[in-house]
Amino acid sequence: MRHSLAIVGLGMMVAALQMPLTAQADPVDDALVIDDIEMVTRTKAPEGHPLDEVRSGWLYREAETRELEADSFQNPGMLYVEQGADIWNRVEGPEGKSCASCHNDAAETMKGVGANYPKWDADAKRPINIELQVDKCRVENMGLEAYKFDAAEQKALTTYIKNQSLGEPVKLDLSQGELQSWWDQGKELYYTRTGQLNFACASCHEANSGQYIRADHLSQGQANGFPVYRLKQADMVSLHNRFRGCIRDTRAETPKAFSDELMALEVYVTWRGTGLSVETPSVRQ
Amino acid sequence: MATPKPRVKLPKTASAGEVVTIKTLISHTMESGQRKDSDGKVIPRQIINKFSCEFNGAPVFSCDIEPAISANPYFEFSAKVKESGTFKFTWVDDDGSVYEDEQTIEVK
Repeated sequence: MRHSLAIVGLGMMVAALQMPLTAQADPVDDALVIDDIEMVTRTKAPEGHPLDEVRSGWLYREAETRELEADSFQNPGMLYVEQGADIWNRVEGPEGKSCASCHNDAAETMKGVGANYPKWDADAKRPINIELQVDKCRVENMGLEAYKFDAAEQKALTTYIKNQSLGEPVKLDLSQGELQSWWDQGKELYYTRTGQLNFACASCHEANSGQYIRADHLSQGQANGFPVYRLKQADMVSLHNRFRGCIRDTRAETPKAFSDELMALEVYVTWRGTGLSVETPSVRQ
Repeated sequence: MATPKPRVKLPKTASAGEVVTIKTLISHTMESGQRKDSDGKVIPRQIINKFSCEFNGAPVFSCDIEPAISANPYFEFSAKVKESGTFKFTWVDDDGSVYEDEQTIEVK
């Protein structure tokens, strides 16, 4: 009798080891509506995508955090949108111009723009994102200096510009210039293990999305809501800041913001969220 | 820090005696006074320490705010409106600055 019990016990132990060691938690089944615009938070993945369905990080957050994003009044990110609107309309620099001097009303001229970046910059022969596009305008047309990375104004203005595309589906045109080869490089980086912890982006955001890494519910790591209002920082966090944070957490050397590596990664990661709505400013943990 | 900017949301109209929900949000870093900068020096405390709301001069809601409150403090409360009038909102900063906002409501 004692003998057979031991065997049963052993059998249970083997069964337990075959189960995943991390707690499984699926993303919620919930609809995100912001100012009467229904957001696409789940959609069929584009051709060539490793996953069947792409999902917004919103689905992986706690109910309170989701609620905060769904109410555009409560969303603290909207404070930065308002700040961005002031910057948009403010005359600055020796040319006496504001963003609005050339681009008029952002609600019309910037609608959809944020959904299609990064684009190919034929002059610089590299991809360009919203932050770099703003810098280009500042230097070439306004006679100003480029913003320092993550300057408060840079984050506010980027948030404002991307917010004009709220609800628009993310779509990149990879046929522009050499964007496809940058996409390839980005993909390479996405799957390359790095740092003392030896993690690739895919280790968490593809192989283990939906599971917990300690207390953190891993999402697919989509870029559609950036810049995001992160409760941890109580501030806007740019995509390149988050890239650097993630890479630092693997205990690797972090590439500089807007470096070739991170621009390639931005092209690829943004593409992975094809079809998701722009949610800027999204709210995350 | 950019000048704090208050946001207030409440209905434009209400029926007499209706209980309306008022939401307020203000941008503020709410520096707790317990953090240190990269040189190890304490970053001085600067928070909003008081918030109040009045309707036609009569107090509706007020509270003292302590350093543990996060950046960009948000308050939501309700008020019963019997007559048309103006809600006045006041935030008081540690440096003495006062940020104000007003919003009218019409009782039909």
